[in-house]
Amino acid sequence: MSVHSHAAPEPVGGKLFNTATFILGILVAVMFAILIVRFIFGLGAVTNLNDGYPWGIWVVVDVVIGSAFACGGFSVAMLVYIFNKGQYHPLVRPALLASLFGYTLAGVGVLFDLGRWWNFWHILWPTYANPNSVMFEVALCISAYIIVMWIEFSPVFMEKWGMKVQKQKLEKVLFFFIALGTLLPMMHQSSLGTLLVVMGPQVNPLWQTPIVPLLYLLSAITIGYGIVLFESCVTAAAYRRQIEMHLLQPMAKVMLGVLAVFVALRAGDLIVRGALGHAFAPSLEAFFFWLEIGCFLMPFLLIGSQGARRNPAMLFLAGCSIMMGGILMRINGFLIGYDTGLGVDHGWNYFPSIAEMLVTIGMFAIEILAYIIITRRFPVLPREEAQAAH
Amino acid sequence: MPLAIEIANIKNAKHSTETECRLVADLRIKGKLMANQDLISLETDHRVEETAERLGMSRREFLQFCAAIATSLGLPQGADAAVAEAIATKKRPSVIWLHFQECTGCTESMLRAEHPTLEKLILDVISLDYHETLFAAAGHQVEAARKTAMEENKGKYILVVEGAIPTKDGGIYCKIGGKTAIELLKECAADAAAIIAIGSCSSWGGMPSTGINPTGSSGVASVLKRPVVTIPGCPPNPYNFMSTVVHFLTFGSLPALDQLGRPKFAYSRLVHENCERRAHFDAGRFAMDFGDEGHRKGYCLYKLGCKGPETYANCPTVMFGDAGGGTWPVGCGHPCIGCTEQGVGFEKPIHAMAKMKNIEPSVFLPRIVEEKGVGSSLGSAAVLAAVAGAAAGAGAMVAKNLGLSHKAEELEQAKNKGQKANETTEV
Amino acid sequence: MALEKTSRRNFLKGVLAASGAVAASVAPQQACARDTLQRPPEGLGLLYDATLCVGCQACVAACKQANDNPAEFNAMDKLWDTPLDTSGHTFNLIKMYRNGTMEQKDSELNGFSFMKTSCMHCADPSCVSACPVTAMFKDPVTGVVGYDADACIGCRYCVAACPFGIPKYQYDSPTGKIGKCELCRHRHDEGHYSACAEVCPTGATLFGRTEDLLAEAKRRLALKPGDWATMPRGRLPAQNETPEQAAKWKGLLDQSYEAQVGNYLQHVYGEKEYGGTQVLKLSAVNFEKVGMPNLPPKSSAATSETIQHSLYGGLIMPIAVLAGLTWVAKRNVVADDKAALSLSPSPASGGGAQKAGGKS
Repeated sequence: MSVHSHAAPEPVGGKLFNTATFILGILVAVMFAILIVRFIFGLGAVTNLNDGYPWGIWVVVDVVIGSAFACGGFSVAMLVYIFNKGQYHPLVRPALLASLFGYTLAGVGVLFDLGRWWNFWHILWPTYANPNSVMFEVALCISAYIIVMWIEFSPVFMEKWGMKVQKQKLEKVLFFFIALGTLLPMMHQSSLGTLLVVMGPQVNPLWQTPIVPLLYLLSAITIGYGIVLFESCVTAAAYRRQIEMHLLQPMAKVMLGVLAVFVALRAGDLIVRGALGHAFAPSLEAFFFWLEIGCFLMPFLLIGSQGARRNPAMLFLAGCSIMMGGILMRINGFLIGYDTGLGVDHGWNYFPSIAEMLVTIGMFAIEILAYIIITRRFPVLPREEAQAAH
Repeated sequence: MPLAIEIANIKNAKHSTETECRLVADLRIKGKLMANQDLISLETDHRVEETAERLGMSRREFLQFCAAIATSLGLPQGADAAVAEAIATKKRPSVIWLHFQECTGCTESMLRAEHPTLEKLILDVISLDYHETLFAAAGHQVEAARKTAMEENKGKYILVVEGAIPTKDGGIYCKIGGKTAIELLKECAADAAAIIAIGSCSSWGGMPSTGINPTGSSGVASVLKRPVVTIPGCPPNPYNFMSTVVHFLTFGSLPALDQLGRPKFAYSRLVHENCERRAHFDAGRFAMDFGDEGHRKGYCLYKLGCKGPETYANCPTVMFGDAGGGTWPVGCGHPCIGCTEQGVGFEKPIHAMAKMKNIEPSVFLPRIVEEKGVGSSLGSAAVLAAVAGAAAGAGAMVAKNLGLSHKAEELEQAKNKGQKANETTEV
Repeated sequence: MALEKTSRRNFLKGVLAASGAVAASVAPQQACARDTLQRPPEGLGLLYDATLCVGCQACVAACKQANDNPAEFNAMDKLWDTPLDTSGHTFNLIKMYRNGTMEQKDSELNGFSFMKTSCMHCADPSCVSACPVTAMFKDPVTGVVGYDADACIGCRYCVAACPFGIPKYQYDSPTGKIGKCELCRHRHDEGHYSACAEVCPTGATLFGRTEDLLAEAKRRLALKPGDWATMPRGRLPAQNETPEQAAKWKGLLDQSYEAQVGNYLQHVYGEKEYGGTQVLKLSAVNFEKVGMPNLPPKSSAATSETIQHSLYGGLIMPIAVLAGLTWVAKRNVVADDKAALSLSPSPASGGGAQKAGGKS
């Protein structure tokens, strides 16, 4: 019985080359072709970035949203190791894997966007450090977290390659990395929101608030659970595996709890700051605000009842809805609500170019491709029990 | 690109081009009245030969001069021939030249225009019947000559006035032959075909009218209470006067004038607009002091008080003294003092800063808000829509499949319920 | 939720540690509050008086020359430098407010007005606060906000952070830099002050110590519109300036001239905005209409850094939280092998095992 909840992970197996991986491979190749152009001719050659919108989708989607999507590992690890809900343990590895790729790619994605990328090491070099900078903190934390996550995930490789001694040694100190792996995302996920603060009135009051770090942290945690719901369902569908309903159901409830706190804080903050008026202005910002809020409220409708939570379709949709809310919250803050709030309109326009979008798509393609390869060849997903068990 | 369109528009700049267009149209009508011969056909005309000889020029020089006059007036092709013909054949118009409160600078400058020998031309093209400076005779003799000329050419003579007219205390501050300037002016103006006020003094009062204006110096127009042609300047450019007279001679009418009576061909552009130093102004290179590096390098004199930006005159294009390029005040390194502009010349301190009259916005200046950056294109919007659509579609498919399997499971569970006690997990 | 006793205790401990961490990360401590920085006393700056500006763009041309920047074309015929806004290659620009028939200069209705767009050299610059690698820095003496391309990583956070939209990136280059006005600090050693002020024919752009410039601006606001008054040009000498101090700068000492007093709004832009800027502006047309945002006296850099340092000041809080988390994690982590191989439920997985047990 306990074997069920603690099923040892093992490779899924199967062919690596199929239609899905082929298409993903093409998307990745297209991305590299565009990136060659970007590095030879500059950002302006492939992106629609401009000085009114210096951060486009490469930053907002690939890094800010990408890393929030990669919060599954952190959210589940927190649940398992900090809140001691050991039953969720089987979810840790797959979630950690997705996080690992999400973050590693966010880190690499930053390099594509950096105008002077060859100086990237400056951010880790003490003489250049500016501890006042939120960006500095984010960059440092993400870099550290990527390393920590590789350490957290390394037992998988050690198992595969039979490095038993090393694995045992590592596991003795793993708790420290788990603690660090919980702290670091808390720090930078909140700071990703704090990035907005220094932009001042350029960001619409609907998204500009002193408690923005807390909002981003809470939303990152809920997105983490959302992405686990999403991933579990999609993996189950794709690999024709059993869905871990007995784990997802209670986790969905935890997610709703955090989400409720988040929505309450979000609403309370808007009311206290008197910014709610902006939500009723006939503007694009207000429309996207309500869209965002709608996405965050949708899970309550979808899986508010216990019966609904038993339906994997509902869990999946709730996960999607939360992810959508997270996407919107970040796009709204950084792009749609940027430079149009109390600031003077400077007449800037931005919409990602096709090449820009293809790079972002390529980044997600890499992520999915690597997830497929690793889960098929490395012990990540829990061992599938005989169907007869149910 | 709105800016580009506006820049295209500026090429038809309202102000000056409009003037020129009207002038050309004007002359087209006049052109029908005149002998529209071309200059080449006049080459062999004996009258041209004779006139050139009379003026002390070669035939070629004379024709060049006529062409130059026609050009400076902005006349269309063929007008040069008309000018040459008019000068050669028309009866010289009688000119009566009055001097009041003046320094004779206008006359002096006229006499020193020498390329071609302008004073000869003046004396031969026009019949100068009264001019105090140039007449050898004096006293009653000259006054009698004036009266005779006026009677003989009643309604046909040209009256030229040099110097301001004092109006205070009955005009007693300037008297000639016992008559005040006012009386003389009124007497001569009565039967004149045209009145030309030469110099700034006669144009609006000029230098004698500055400050407290102790003698009540006024311009011709304000004394006669009728519009006259004014050729302001201190001294005015002789070509501007000459061209006006030749225009009258050729077409029997005066050239187009602005609201101050100034011929538009000469006074429709700011000195600043055609200034040879304009490029330095635009680039922000200024002479700061007389003799400094910038001054020696020929930089813009605006900071030394140049009034070019608020003075209408053709000095930068016509220049002075016929001695070649650069011979005009700004060209010589002195700021324009705005002598042709009432309220500027003699009024503002020479080194006080000029008011920019043409800060009528440049089209090159961007607006506060300019549309910048690239919005959505058909392609990029389509790609985004495709991604969103694919994601939504895939999501819907996954949800549907999950829903179906869930239903099947529920059914199976319901079936099993009877056989096996199903403990519900509390969550 | 029915939880086993031991598990509940552990759970509560976890909740305590985590919520402590969250709460600590939220409540900005007063001790860490960072006030809006003020201008340094010897800070240098510019005073731009829109009513004196004639829109000749000499400053734009001079700026390009001083910074060795190329022309930018936005018109169909690529003959003239026609930037639409400041950019990575245009650090200073005169923009124009246009309304209706544009008859009257410095009139909001049916008028036009000029406005200089260039770095405001804030007392508390957002770009400096934002820059992760100190490529943007504020000189402690002159207060000039400078840029070091060799340090810059090109993240463009400064571009996003600046409320005036001043730092700009060169997107057209694979090695693009940030471009912004640095008050011609590279020419100060040669005795040249800001090129824009040096060439300004009307003194609309005036260079000097911000303190003196502020006094000058207030003097102008006190004058009667339409009156004639003496206006300095080029560089405004400091009050009680010694000849040695004056000798530091090239150019004529006194270039002042008589000009008509403009119809000023009674507002020196930059006196208080964001804690003050070292470039000050006077205008007859509403500042927001000429593109200057309405900013509070508190800088967003102060808000941002207050949050930042409350959370991470001295790394005290992260270390404390880490210690708590490590303690909790150490108790809860069970090696994968042990957990997977042992058939007996460990205390950590007790609750889950029980529930799962009911199901299978």
